[in-house]
Amino acid sequence: MEPIIQMINVFKTFGKQQVLKGVNLSLYEGKTTVIVGESGQGKSSILKHILGLVKPDKGKIIVYGKDINKISSKELKDIRANFGVLFQNSALFDSMTVFDNVALPLRERTNKSEEEIKEIVNEKLEMMDIHDSNDKYPAQLSGGMRKRVGLARALVLNPKIVFFDEPTTGLDVALSNEMYRVFFRTQTALKYTALIVSHDVPKIFKLADYVALMHNGIIQDSLPPEDFQTSENPVIRAFVEKTMGRIYESEKVEG
Amino acid sequence: MFLIKFAETLGDHALYYVNQAGRMGIFLLLVFYNILKPPYYKITNIIRQIYSIGSLSIFVIIFTGAFTGMVLGLQGYNTLSKFSSEGMLGSAVALSLIKELGPVLTALMVTGRAGSAICAEIGIMRNSEQIDALECMAIDPHKYVVAPKFIATILSMPLLTAIFDVIGILGGYVVGVGMMGLNEGTYFYTMYKDVEFADVNMGFIKSLCFGLLVVWICSAKGYFVHLERRGGFGAEGVSRATTSAVVISSVAVLVFDYIITSLMI
Ligand SMILES: Nc1ncnc2c1ncn2[C@@H]1O[C@H](COP(=O)(O)OP(=O)(O)OP(=O)(O)O)[C@@H](O)[C@H]1O
Ligand SMILES: [Mg+2]
Repeated sequence: MEPIIQMINVFKTFGKQQVLKGVNLSLYEGKTTVIVGESGQGKSSILKHILGLVKPDKGKIIVYGKDINKISSKELKDIRANFGVLFQNSALFDSMTVFDNVALPLRERTNKSEEEIKEIVNEKLEMMDIHDSNDKYPAQLSGGMRKRVGLARALVLNPKIVFFDEPTTGLDVALSNEMYRVFFRTQTALKYTALIVSHDVPKIFKLADYVALMHNGIIQDSLPPEDFQTSENPVIRAFVEKTMGRIYESEKVEG
Repeated sequence: MFLIKFAETLGDHALYYVNQAGRMGIFLLLVFYNILKPPYYKITNIIRQIYSIGSLSIFVIIFTGAFTGMVLGLQGYNTLSKFSSEGMLGSAVALSLIKELGPVLTALMVTGRAGSAICAEIGIMRNSEQIDALECMAIDPHKYVVAPKFIATILSMPLLTAIFDVIGILGGYVVGVGMMGLNEGTYFYTMYKDVEFADVNMGFIKSLCFGLLVVWICSAKGYFVHLERRGGFGAEGVSRATTSAVVISSVAVLVFDYIITSLMI
């Protein structure tokens, strides 16, 4: 299968710190890829490269067959029209209400009437378990609520590719389980391609078609979750043991 | 050794400023391209900006206009009376306001009130990744965030200047006629006789140019806060960018005032 997004040998240095040292990563249509890795390894940087927000020093990023750093801003815009993005810090528009935040993509990118917009926005907010907060401002929300409003905004145009940077960080266990159910539901319904950055190992593996480990400036490997857990790669082994050693040393290994 | 270091620093600075100039130029072109390109704006968006940039400046414009006119009346009357030509007060006040002080002081007040707000607002949007978020939604921030501010400022500036001029002339009247006892008819007649359309035109052109300068510098400073030389991070980065936006805009207004005057006089 042809990947729809490909990072080829991408290098990036911020100041004196080389963060990406030849990253290769492929995302496949309709599949969910999860990037894991320790804090500060460059996971969010990978996302920003694919989104075209940061330019690589060397290497290529191909989305829908086009090198996003070699195309016109019009073409880039057309590609981005397929994206739904949740930033690590949510990046809500802080002088707009929750409702307006989620409505913005509909208002600016579609010709829907205010009635229809209201219906869609309320439905998405409902789905994210946000009630009675339409008129609040982002600063008046809890961290977890902000995340969920960000998710509602990312999904409001039914994107073809979603990028979620730590979607469940800051949510309580029940809510983060609910989020996973929401992903599962929306993914089955919309069949989007997903790239999720997460620290929620091993729970996130249930959602993943591929798990990629970011370490030492490169993607060590991108493998289906079962293969990832049994990989021979010493770095991946170390990561698996560190993050979920206990469970897998015991006899209660899940099917 | 020292010379090499010196040349390096010089080159570094030169590159930075050339870079910045290029960035600002492209920014201006992109904003105008986006203003002219459909889809056109929802009028409410622009009205909101005119309200915050224009309407909210009216009070401070009236206040400064009144006192400028009054002090012109006072100074003018005293100076003119040395040549026993107090009668010219009306045209002296009106001409200095319409051609110079109106556009310049209005632009300076708008810079302080609205320009700083524009810079800070856009700078915070940049630093909290809201600009990035817009780009990722395929919404061009030049069009959505910056262009309405351009339109609003360029529309508001001549109107505010006109208000400044009128209030200033009344201020001169209060002092000249009300306090110094100049004849009312003389005050307005000399004004009517001496102020020509070219003078009004000059004031109008100036106010348009100043509007463009102020909104351009202030929004670009905010938009590129992350590329600032001394680090444009966080609250301090935005505050530094805002300060320098206000300073640069004010200086630019005075410099361009001279240039436009010398071209039109
Ligand atoms: N704009 C930037 N300027 C300078 N350094 C940066 C910049 N962006 C990221 N970095 C550096 O790159 C490294 C990777 O950052 P990144 O945010 O990608 O990490 P991460 O893997 O997402 O971490 P976390 O899991 O904590 O979110 C960090 O050391 C960070 O300091
Ligand atoms: Mg991160």
